[in-house]
Amino acid sequence: MKLLPLVFANLRRHRLRTLLTTLGVALAMFLFASLRSVVTTLNAGAEVASAERMGVQNKMAIVFPLPMSYRERLAAVPGVVAVSWANWFGGQYGDGKVFFAQFAVDPESYLAMYPEVVVPPDQKEAFLHERTAALVGQGLMEVFGWKLGQDVTIRGTIFPGDWTFTIRAVYTPSVRAIDDRSFIFRYDYLDERTQHRVTPGWYALKLQDAALAPQVAHTIDAMFENSSAPTKTMTEKAFNQSFVTMWGNVQFLMNSIGMAVVFAILMVTANAMMMTARERTGEVAVLKTIGFTDRTLFGLVMAEAGLVTLTGAVLGLGGAKLLYAGTGFNGFGFLPGFDVTAGTVAVGLGITLLLAVASGAVPALRAYRLSIVQALRHVE
Amino acid sequence: MALVEVRNVHKSFQRDSQVIEVFENLTLDIAAGSFTALMGPSGSGKSTFLNLLAGLDRPTSGTITVAGAAVNTMSPSALAKWRARHIGFVFQSYNLLPVLTAAQNVELPLLLAPLSKKERAERVRIALGVVGLEDRMVHYPRQLSGGQEQRVAIARAIVSDPTLTLLDEPTGQLDKKSAQEVLTLLQRLNDEFHKTIIVVTHDAHAAEKAKQVLHLDKGVLAA
Ligand SMILES: Nc1ncnc2c1ncn2[C@@H]1O[C@H](COP(=O)(O)OP(=O)(O)OP(=O)(O)O)[C@@H](O)[C@H]1O
Ligand SMILES: [Mg+2]
Repeated sequence: MKLLPLVFANLRRHRLRTLLTTLGVALAMFLFASLRSVVTTLNAGAEVASAERMGVQNKMAIVFPLPMSYRERLAAVPGVVAVSWANWFGGQYGDGKVFFAQFAVDPESYLAMYPEVVVPPDQKEAFLHERTAALVGQGLMEVFGWKLGQDVTIRGTIFPGDWTFTIRAVYTPSVRAIDDRSFIFRYDYLDERTQHRVTPGWYALKLQDAALAPQVAHTIDAMFENSSAPTKTMTEKAFNQSFVTMWGNVQFLMNSIGMAVVFAILMVTANAMMMTARERTGEVAVLKTIGFTDRTLFGLVMAEAGLVTLTGAVLGLGGAKLLYAGTGFNGFGFLPGFDVTAGTVAVGLGITLLLAVASGAVPALRAYRLSIVQALRHVE
Repeated sequence: MALVEVRNVHKSFQRDSQVIEVFENLTLDIAAGSFTALMGPSGSGKSTFLNLLAGLDRPTSGTITVAGAAVNTMSPSALAKWRARHIGFVFQSYNLLPVLTAAQNVELPLLLAPLSKKERAERVRIALGVVGLEDRMVHYPRQLSGGQEQRVAIARAIVSDPTLTLLDEPTGQLDKKSAQEVLTLLQRLNDEFHKTIIVVTHDAHAAEKAKQVLHLDKGVLAA
């Protein structure tokens, strides 16, 4: 502890070098935290999915609709206990700079199917009884400073015209993986204004038992196989995962980039530490002559490497955590519940520790082994 | 028993296939409270001699005893601790850590002793006072003259009150006047504080300040 001022004095020797090395580690850790959080957020989304829910979409792609007549036929499939349907609206609000998802849903069946979408009972009543009512996520309310009862006009792109809704209900998701920035309104309003020319974008099913999922999927897809709109039925989890893999092997990609970044910064840090050690050969010899032991000198060099990397890591990891939490970043709606988890911080600190050891070990050993007599002969 | 006892010391260096014999059979005593100037041509083994006394290097054979301790048999870590208590060493140059102030440089040996911050500060002040630099405490080495730097190094060498103070050409890089000041300082340390001092110097005039002068030539001593 008494030697700490010596460590700090050495770090101040090349302020710029110390600063750049620290910032390098900070940047690497920031990138690491960001990349890993994409992976953990996507995985969290897949994990909280209910195993009892399934999605039915057009076999070609989710952008193609399904007939309304499927509703009864799906409900009749053995094992299916509830059916709901929805449509993607894709409108623009204001200058369109802030993107958020808008869905038309069948109110009653939708709220019954997704208990994670929590709505106060009186607001729920209001939403169920007014055709132009909207149900808005708490997060989205905050983004625009909207108030309950306010009218909001959205410009349709798929469904042209100005659409005015009255905010009658606000939901808060009970799980982080559900986006709290969605704008939900009633399918019957969409149906009415389009003169009944709209049909559902997808169906959601609730099963009696999760174990029935493969059988139900098979039955449904076989039933519509030769129709004009064949279907693709999958569990909610599979749907979420297919979203993940749609990005390619995101996990592998993110991890590779993360490791490359960490490795690059390791070389930078190790190089800085080596430069530092080489310059100080004479000083190490002087300290040993005074009576500092080999182990103490090893420790001094390691402490220096540790302080630089740890400071960098705290800045990078802490910065990422605070920045994403503070701005409510959600990947433009694609990464609801984006969060730098405690696990990510822990892994980051673990990597930092390895970084400190890897970059400090060689110069520290060099200081440890340095022979006073040899060192002084080179200096003088 | 003399403070320093060197008995039948043989020291050789191996450089590639060549063996350099520095001392073949060196025996001598140095008494406590003495002030010795060590002279001799370049390559005669003066630095090697000081290094052996301080335990910075080991003899090939023979024994070296300093204040009763068998320096040639101690482990490296035991030697380091022993040096912290018993040896003050000053090199020709590069003695001071450039990132530390004069006072912090002098404090270094005290960091290894069980002393409070206050006690350390007090001793540093006294040591810098002895070498006449109490007004330069917070200056960095680059803000000092060569002679002042060496005086700070001497202050550091005596701050923990070592048994033996060794100086390897401390005036080698100084002008005549600064060299004189340093030698006068050593004389005072010996006279007033009874420090045992061995100083290597090339300057015969400076060596006169010592109580005894030893001449090394090709590893052999002559009085
Ligand atoms: N580490 C070493 N490896 C090989 N040879 C060495 C080593 N140290 C000293 N020598 C050799 O031992 C001899 C004595 O060297 P030393 O440094 O003790 O001389 P010196 O009297 O201090 O000389 P100078 O006045 O030049 O400082 C020289 O020949 C030198 O080359
Ligand atoms: Mg020499």
